[in-house]
Amino acid sequence: MADVTMRIWRGDDKGGQLVDYRIEGNEGEVVLDVIHRLQATQAPDLACRWNCKAGKCGSCSAEINGMPRLMCMTRMDQLPAGPVTVTPMRTFPIIKDLVTDVSFNFEMAKRVPAFNPPPAPEGGYRMAQVDVERGQEFRKCIECFLCQNVCHVIRDHEDNKAHYAGPRFFIRYAELEMHPLDTNDRRELVRERMGLGLCNITKCCTEVCPEHIKITDNAIIPLKERAVDAHYDPVAWLGRKITGRKKRSADEAAALRP
Amino acid sequence: MAVDNASITEVVLGGTRGGPDVKTLREDKWWKLPLVTVLGLSAFVVYATWAAVWGDSNFFYLPHNIISPFYSPCLAHACKAAGDTGSPVFDWWRLSPALIILVFPLGFRMTCYYYRKAYYRSFWRAPVACAVQDARPGYTGETRAPLIIQNIHRYFFYAGLVFNVLLTIDAVQGFIWPTLHHQLVHGQYVTQSGGFGMSVGSLVLCVNATLLWIYSLSCHACRHLCGGQIRSFSKHPIRHKLWKFVTPLNARHMTFAWCSLFFVAFTDLYVRLVASGTITDFKIF
Repeated sequence: MADVTMRIWRGDDKGGQLVDYRIEGNEGEVVLDVIHRLQATQAPDLACRWNCKAGKCGSCSAEINGMPRLMCMTRMDQLPAGPVTVTPMRTFPIIKDLVTDVSFNFEMAKRVPAFNPPPAPEGGYRMAQVDVERGQEFRKCIECFLCQNVCHVIRDHEDNKAHYAGPRFFIRYAELEMHPLDTNDRRELVRERMGLGLCNITKCCTEVCPEHIKITDNAIIPLKERAVDAHYDPVAWLGRKITGRKKRSADEAAALRP
Repeated sequence: MAVDNASITEVVLGGTRGGPDVKTLREDKWWKLPLVTVLGLSAFVVYATWAAVWGDSNFFYLPHNIISPFYSPCLAHACKAAGDTGSPVFDWWRLSPALIILVFPLGFRMTCYYYRKAYYRSFWRAPVACAVQDARPGYTGETRAPLIIQNIHRYFFYAGLVFNVLLTIDAVQGFIWPTLHHQLVHGQYVTQSGGFGMSVGSLVLCVNATLLWIYSLSCHACRHLCGGQIRSFSKHPIRHKLWKFVTPLNARHMTFAWCSLFFVAFTDLYVRLVASGTITDFKIF
């Protein structure tokens, strides 16, 4: 391959700019390979977070030509001709160059009430294969936070961060809500305090997920429908009144945090 | 497990963000899909508005018993005027009967999870495409009026099922032709012996009803009600089977949404062209 131009964001919390680097490109390389060569040859102080280089650790999330992607899974020969622009994830505060502070996600993770099974019966818990398989898709998440980054609810509206879990944690809530052994009921919690209603299901989270998890169709919309069951559906409300079934309030659900 | 409130801290807002302050850095043709969506939905809205408000003639062709889906069931006075033999429920209604009917399919589509994505992106531009900045500074999503109404989608789904049944009955009736003796139909005198018959129009009505059924069954609310809402599939094997049946349909919900939308307009247009004498509804047997 001929030389390539890498247009990379250089800067920190005090400001920054896009800097062009002309560098050799080789066949079969991914963006992260070129970034590493840049570090080795022209920009030793270029900050970049990475780990496995195999699309499994979720560390090297960035925006390549404006689209949120993993640098290690984006082949150079699949990008259009011209400079390749690499910028940090837009939604999170910058630390340096391509490295951002993703602690917002860890704060949201702390708010997820943990798995809460009933006391184990004699012989231990048993789960049918069909129930095990249901949540398997959600456990593929590598926590790259590309879905959180692309979600316009917090990307373009910073104030929503205070009360919006984001697609990654909606997956977690959905997984727990669909777990046959879990006894908590988080429906009011996600509706009232985790900002489920802020999601307008435009599916960008699904589009950027490197694990191809159908976040919107299989997690967020099912959660929205469950919130309808718990809060908006008058027939479901009447059913609860007649049968005496109860739902947990947001406070009761949140009380089971780890 | 006790709550460890000490571990939960407030989210820090307002840190400096990296990257240039531009609307987007994308250089691909991200605007193409929203543009196509705007054109497609606008074309349907313009046509449906014309057909519903001003098109209250030529929506029924008596010899082959085919009726436009916009005007079925026969609810108002105009049906009789157009030659439909049905008995209007709202005989006092003097406006187009389509205005009563279309509220339900329109509500079903407006609150549909796919169409929500489509119009939030292409009309409301929130966001117009992934990693492209929202068009407006404020955003509350579906948390307050009027968009909180989207949560009643399942009730429009129920209503949509009723209309699917009615349109299926229409499709069947499209094969049962009336006996006519020198009867004036849209300016022409028609004589035919009634009975079972098939025309291109009968098939058009069948395809239309089928597509609407598939669109409804592929709906996310349908998937939830079939079995998505349960925690344990193994304890509800029948609902699990239903869920497994609708899940592959649900994966193609967008395709069915567009196909059924296009075809319902096409069916209306076809019936109009036949009823007005512009084209002939070819008899198959």
